[in-house]
Amino acid sequence: MKLGFLVDLNLCMGCKGCEVACKVENEVPLSSWRLRVKYIDIGTFPDTSRSFTPLRCNHCESAPCERICPVSALHYLENGIVNVDSSRCIGCAGCMMACPYGAIYMDPETNTADKCTYCAHRVESGMMPACVVVCPVQANIFGDIDDDNSHISQYIMEHQGAVQVRKPEKHTEPKHFYVGGGNQTLNPLAQQRLEGYSLFNNVTHLKHIGNPHESVIDRFLEPFKNEEKLDNRSFMDFDNNAHESHEEEGGH
Amino acid sequence: MVEHGIHATQAIVTLDVALPGIIWGWMITLNMWAKSVGTGVILVGAFLLYRHKKEEMPNLRWMMPLIAFIFLNIFLLFTLADLHHPYRMVNIFLHPHWTSAITVGAWMATLFTGLIFIMTAIGFFDAHPNTRKNCALANTFRGMSGFYEKVFPFVVFLAIPVTLYTAIIMAEASARELWQAPAEVMQMMWAALMAGSAGLIFISGNWSREARRDLALVLAIATFFSFMMYMGEYFFSFKSAEAEATLAYVHAGGAYNTEFWFGMALGFIIPFFIALGNMKSDNKTLLKFAALLALIGLYMAKDVWLKIPQMLNLS
Repeated sequence: MKLGFLVDLNLCMGCKGCEVACKVENEVPLSSWRLRVKYIDIGTFPDTSRSFTPLRCNHCESAPCERICPVSALHYLENGIVNVDSSRCIGCAGCMMACPYGAIYMDPETNTADKCTYCAHRVESGMMPACVVVCPVQANIFGDIDDDNSHISQYIMEHQGAVQVRKPEKHTEPKHFYVGGGNQTLNPLAQQRLEGYSLFNNVTHLKHIGNPHESVIDRFLEPFKNEEKLDNRSFMDFDNNAHESHEEEGGH
Repeated sequence: MVEHGIHATQAIVTLDVALPGIIWGWMITLNMWAKSVGTGVILVGAFLLYRHKKEEMPNLRWMMPLIAFIFLNIFLLFTLADLHHPYRMVNIFLHPHWTSAITVGAWMATLFTGLIFIMTAIGFFDAHPNTRKNCALANTFRGMSGFYEKVFPFVVFLAIPVTLYTAIIMAEASARELWQAPAEVMQMMWAALMAGSAGLIFISGNWSREARRDLALVLAIATFFSFMMYMGEYFFSFKSAEAEATLAYVHAGGAYNTEFWFGMALGFIIPFFIALGNMKSDNKTLLKFAALLALIGLYMAKDVWLKIPQMLNLS
């Protein structure tokens, strides 16, 4: 079995439902993304078009991140998924330097490398990745590319000649395919990031890698700190003096 | 017009998330720079010991491993400090992944530093027979004098892969195409010879003139070839699309352009001419000045080369 992913860019309407579903399913912290949808405007007004490109880990068959990881925190699963073991990660960021697709980030809560795992935990239970389930136009197609009868294999065969991968020259053999993509949408060198040409927010750079509140010294002191682990539920704790949860009050 | 038509296909990113900036920063620069000094003094020291009698360089036997030991520890400290989980460094030894140059390098560098420590201790207590005369440990090291000579060829041999493995890490970092150049391996070697000769120049005050001239020769050759390789990579070589895009940005006066040229002038051009001149007239002060400039310039050049490919958006 070799799991693969295909996005039909002709269908994608840029709703970002997949991005949100991924965030929720995998509890991806603020300032980090396992999956993102990039908007690209092509042409000059009034002859412009907008395209949407969902970007995630390509689960390469010859993954540079797996090769460079010094402790096998990044490893292959039997179904072809490139998985991450955050308890083993030393935080060297070698994988971030090796991934040609910029698909790996340093989780600011755990200070370890993380990325899309095709929702390996859901796949293990026989479910589809969250982004596939949520897509309103079924632009995301996921399945076994070793099986000729699977939906993804059939789709690839139907669109032969129009199926592309990102940066094929890197010989990473990605298992993430695109239909309806072009040079402007899949090649970052063919795109410009111009000041003043952005929607809603500035297209910018992160000012930190990993936890922004932790200095180098803190990293060494971290095992000796007697702090409670950051819990997402703490965001719901509006009143610091009252620690009773809704459940404890009898709610559900 | 065709040139206006290009705008019709112009693609502009109008909505995206914030992307990471510089991931490997100054700590990795310092790490590489310190390793160049640490392995370089051993390589250049071996060359001097091959060419000259020990008596011409009386302090070399213990100062050479001492300098190497200090700089290797700086290298290891900043390697550790740059990890987001420094204590998990132990996983490299408990769960090694041998396809990673980081793993292979960590094992080699650890072995190398261990051997250098033993050489430092033996060399120091041999050179200072009255120090800790009654200390059992000191006397043990004094008794191991023959081990120094036996292990030294192996240490020199090991210094080569320890110098070069960073280039293999950079080659494995396939997202940064500027580092994929085969010149990167030679650049590491020239950096080690440059930093090694510069490091030894500071302790060469009471050496013979011939030995110091050889040091100046190594510095001149290393700065010359290293500079030529930088120029070749910067201007002339075949480049992949991503490396071309990276350098085009720096060429056009973008970030790090000034630091690059300061590095080239301070670290390579000026020391080359001083070292060349010093081979005729033995001016110790001027040679030390050249060594200092070479070390500063090397840091700057390494810093630029480390950071510029990280400015390119990968997706």
